[in-house]
Amino acid sequence: MKDWFVRNRIVVGVTAMVVVIALGVVYVVATVRDQQAAATQPGAAVASGLTFVDNGGGQNLVSTLDASGKRTPGSLKCLRVYTAAGTTVCLRMGLPGAYEAAVYVDGKEVRTVPLPGTPSRARVSASGKIVSWTVFVTGDSYLAPGGFSTRTGVLDLRSGELVESLEAFSMTIEGVPDKRVNENYWGVTVASDDNTFYATLGSSNTTWLIKGDLKARSMVTVRQSAECPSLSPDQTRVAYKKRGGRLGTWQLFVLDLASGKETQLPGSDGVDDQAAWLNPTTLAYAKVQQGGAPTIYESAADGSGQPRELVAAASSPGPVA
Amino acid sequence: MYVASTRQTKVSPSDGGVRPSRVPTTVVLLGTVSLLTDISSEMVTAFLPIYVIFNLQMSYLQLGLLDGIYTGATAVLRLVGGHVSDRVHRHKAVAVVGYGMSAVTKLAFPAIGASSVGLGGVLAVDRAGKGLRTAPRDALISLVTPKERLGEAFGVHRTMDTVGALLGPLATFALLSWVTTRPDPIFMISFCFAALGVIVLIFFVRQPKLERVPGKVVTLRATAELLRNKGMRRTTIAAGLLGLATISDAFVFVVLQRVSGVSPTWLALMPVGTALTFLLAATPLGKLADRAGRWRMFFAGHVLLLAVYLLLLGPISGVPLVLVTVALHGLFYAATDGVLMAHGATLVPEHLRASGLSIVQTGQALARFASSVCFGLFLTSFAFSTAVLISISTMTIALVGVFLLIRPEVSR
Repeated sequence: MKDWFVRNRIVVGVTAMVVVIALGVVYVVATVRDQQAAATQPGAAVASGLTFVDNGGGQNLVSTLDASGKRTPGSLKCLRVYTAAGTTVCLRMGLPGAYEAAVYVDGKEVRTVPLPGTPSRARVSASGKIVSWTVFVTGDSYLAPGGFSTRTGVLDLRSGELVESLEAFSMTIEGVPDKRVNENYWGVTVASDDNTFYATLGSSNTTWLIKGDLKARSMVTVRQSAECPSLSPDQTRVAYKKRGGRLGTWQLFVLDLASGKETQLPGSDGVDDQAAWLNPTTLAYAKVQQGGAPTIYESAADGSGQPRELVAAASSPGPVA
Repeated sequence: MYVASTRQTKVSPSDGGVRPSRVPTTVVLLGTVSLLTDISSEMVTAFLPIYVIFNLQMSYLQLGLLDGIYTGATAVLRLVGGHVSDRVHRHKAVAVVGYGMSAVTKLAFPAIGASSVGLGGVLAVDRAGKGLRTAPRDALISLVTPKERLGEAFGVHRTMDTVGALLGPLATFALLSWVTTRPDPIFMISFCFAALGVIVLIFFVRQPKLERVPGKVVTLRATAELLRNKGMRRTTIAAGLLGLATISDAFVFVVLQRVSGVSPTWLALMPVGTALTFLLAATPLGKLADRAGRWRMFFAGHVLLLAVYLLLLGPISGVPLVLVTVALHGLFYAATDGVLMAHGATLVPEHLRASGLSIVQTGQALARFASSVCFGLFLTSFAFSTAVLISISTMTIALVGVFLLIRPEVSR
């Protein structure tokens, strides 16, 4: 046996390599073939409509669901997308490992901003004037210990002014002006005045819901342990994720700004998304089912009832512009 | 058994001064194994952020933390890999296990899905495989290469390794752009590259036959006693000290982008620049190290790193600063990464080669890990400029300390 191996090692080795390559090619061709069908699976009817990124078809096409549950694939390819008042922000990969935020107004590309990391969150203010995003800066290797941070950018389409990172703004943590540098901001939501915004501050092991002022370039903390805020269309409530599950998982909560009352959304355990308001009473978010692809759900904002599944193998939910 | 392989080990100085024009075939084959394996692992590295954030909808932050812990923990496995391969006289077999473990993890990704514990476990097995294989592989390179060409041989290996590291992300990008954004095919293709690497190792690389000398037994005690050798002890301590003063690449690039004022897009290009310089310079600097002294080259590499840290203070700005800094950073890797192993190989007898190299590697890896943990803590309370000043002073102290500690008696 050993002699045979020694004599035929080259032939056996080359054969093994050919077999591996052939199996790989067959597998990939088979997978790519059946992905076309996945992109046209119908979803649930959504009265006010839903914009989302399709993850099943292998092309990340921005698609929409209408009031009858009909699914329409678009031509834009994004990792994250959000649309409001005719403005669309699309976070996508431009070059290997290089990402960009492309801004479209009424279907025309008006601005492209290079991003310093992997896209995480994207938002457009209700007026369509303020665009914001969050990316993870990960350095050269996912194995570099501590080699990550977030960067949050804000783009004002009226003036064209770009804030590359919220770290340039002044920060007051619980009344104390802050000078530390290792701070991460993420998940912006802009109010209807196109100046006030909410976001998340993470520093050491604590997160805060923060409230900021774009003109004054300043931010203050509002409360602890609230991430990825999303301001309701009527400006009275903020939805956010908060660690509250049994295993320290995130759940969605809605905070009434006037009364300070916090309501938990049932069935949202394990969510990791910035929720989007589809209308004044409904929130949508993506959540991964155990061992599967992300699925988009909608939930009543008053915490009544279980979430309803809208579409499977999809992420980045938002209203239709 | 492997008659042909003994011949390679004997291509030595006694051939009347005629230097063979090429490095041993085994080195090129091991370079090919590393190239294929690096394509595989860098494909996953490039894909992982997208996979975790988009396909699994998880926060990347937790994962970064887990990775750091595992990288530190599995560094110790290098010692195990080194000792076992010396003990059983089978460096190749241990390397096959290490490369095989990493290959199999690529198939495990789709199965475990969005579980941070599961992902952490898969990454830990991948790291463990890397830990196991590094020392026996470097020992193989050193065992088939004549002593006076060690620097060049390690240089060639690191060049091929880095070519793979550059091709991996390109492969992922091409797949994502033109074929599919689904995760399973990407992991499958990554597995195929890893499997090809393992096949090259199993079928084409030969284990050099080492004479079993009765007096030279491989025991834990004999391994520990390697440190009684002055050169070996000083090298390990010095490499550890310099490792403590080395901050992670990610931090260098983040600071460089801020100080130079270039667009954040450059953050993605900086590692590419470092890798390109590394792969272009690894072989020439390895050759130079063979002539000028390998320890001297290793030391000079860290002087270059000190220059990188000084540049982070921003004496110039803009694109020129980025280009100069990234070039020096790549030269630092070219002057140190393979060269340290080439130097270490001259200090350890053949029958303890893998164990000896693993001691040096582990010391360096643990020191770098400790440094990045401390540095992470610094950053929560200091400004970037303070952090840069701290690294400049630490590196200066380490260089002076090492200069006084390691005298030229071990410089070749």
